[in-house]
Amino acid sequence: MPEIFVARSEDLPEGGRVFVTANGNQIGVVRAKGQLHAYLNICPHQGGPVCEGLMVHRVEEIIAEDKTYQGMRFSEDDLHIVCPWHGWEFNIETGRCAGDGQHGLKRFRTEERADGIYVVV
Amino acid sequence: MLFRSSTPAFDMNIEGFHTGQHLANARKQADMRGLDDVLVVDVDCHHYETDNFAEILEYIEDPSLKQVALNTYAYKGPSAVLYDQPGYQDLGGRVTRYLERKGEKIPEDGRPREVAQTLRWMDALSVDYACLFPTPMLFLGLHPQPEVEVNMARAYNRWITDNILPANKRLRSMLYLPFNDPDATYRMVQEYGKKDGVIGFMVVSTRYKPVYDNAYMKTYALLEEMGLPLSFHASYHWNDQLVSLTNRFITAHAVGFTFFNAVHCANWVVNGLPERFPKLKVIWIESGLAWIPWLMQRLDNDYRMRTSEAPALKRLPSEYMRDMYYTTQPMEMVNNHKALELTFEMINADTQLLYSSDYPHWDMDLPSTIWDLPFLSEQSKRNILGLNAKRIFGLDVSDRFPENHGRAASPLVDTWRQDVVPAE
Repeated sequence: MPEIFVARSEDLPEGGRVFVTANGNQIGVVRAKGQLHAYLNICPHQGGPVCEGLMVHRVEEIIAEDKTYQGMRFSEDDLHIVCPWHGWEFNIETGRCAGDGQHGLKRFRTEERADGIYVVV
Repeated sequence: MLFRSSTPAFDMNIEGFHTGQHLANARKQADMRGLDDVLVVDVDCHHYETDNFAEILEYIEDPSLKQVALNTYAYKGPSAVLYDQPGYQDLGGRVTRYLERKGEKIPEDGRPREVAQTLRWMDALSVDYACLFPTPMLFLGLHPQPEVEVNMARAYNRWITDNILPANKRLRSMLYLPFNDPDATYRMVQEYGKKDGVIGFMVVSTRYKPVYDNAYMKTYALLEEMGLPLSFHASYHWNDQLVSLTNRFITAHAVGFTFFNAVHCANWVVNGLPERFPKLKVIWIESGLAWIPWLMQRLDNDYRMRTSEAPALKRLPSEYMRDMYYTTQPMEMVNNHKALELTFEMINADTQLLYSSDYPHWDMDLPSTIWDLPFLSEQSKRNILGLNAKRIFGLDVSDRFPENHGRAASPLVDTWRQDVVPAE
């Protein structure tokens, strides 16, 4: 499988992102939660540049034991990337759509070696 | 522009926003479907009149209101002059263009910046002609002072017909009607109905004036005589008594943007206005499509039991609704594909449906959302994307309407299945 050089490791810190082009397709590579994630920069909804969007933790509701609503907070575990066109959110680790798991991003494998980061296309 | 995230590690800074770059994927989609060879008329899109608010306020005719508006705007901004409300259209910064577009660099060429900014997104989406509407003014129907709506409508309409519409033939508008004042509404049609670029008139639905009021009949008659469509543009107001029961913007939007149009449409039909104005073209904008079958079925079912309460009707309510026009966005592209197909059938989409993007708003739809529908013939797609609008607005499209049909390549995304289709 062909590989494409993405960046040197130090040039892609936590929260950073780099874009590469393969076969006419743009791929976004991000480092989040200590891992590398590479996705096709096309949202399955209407084709927006999803990898350019805000990374933000999943919002969750706080429901008390007596079932009363107590507010909202950010999840400490689940990080999303949000398509900037319409707001579709995707789990950064799985690429699945947060609102409808039937849909998801196209994921690519990454390799991090001593000489840098590669995406396998 | 700094976008705050859940933690500082994921805060995002975006510099040098360009509408064309933001929509680069839309441009590719259009190329791969050959949409430049298809007439695309966007019947509902927006600019932010507040970007030019000081200039527009200078057009206010009432001197005392103008003086108040200018000074209030200077210290409180446009929200205090119009009738703003809570709202998170940008999803808390997740839809980044709301903030970014304000700082977009547009070369100065003597035209208002939104002319060039609008043409940038039109070119990206392959839209040939666009019907431009304001944005914050869409809340004015609930302003407690009718004279503010009248004066703002007159100022805006003078400004847009003086400055925007003459700047480029691709830009058109259905002008804002100050519907809370029936006489001012009538005068507006009289004065502006024949201005260049004016293709009809628009009532913001979010208001408490019923469409069957006798005070409006002379306006409907005039519009019918002039051959100009009357459109009802959905909106919402979170302070509306019903919508205020909702505690999340998603609910306020999903309900609010359909409710007022459904009520006005039901009133329009039940009071027999299609019988009184059979040639008046009526368009329902930005409520999506799912509400139409719902209302058709409710009215038909009730009408056969309560015929005496709608004595003007000579046909079933749904048959009148099938003669009206609807814009596509925000089209309900959910997992129940059969529902959408049936909706198209029920509204005679082939002749009655008009493509709209609603760009730059968060729930905008690209032309590919129509082009990708597997249950439509290519001719139906062309009708919905542009030919229906050409017909009902009487548009001269000779400067852009193509002769040849393009060959589509890989579409990048299948908006029907909502799945990515990478280039080969």
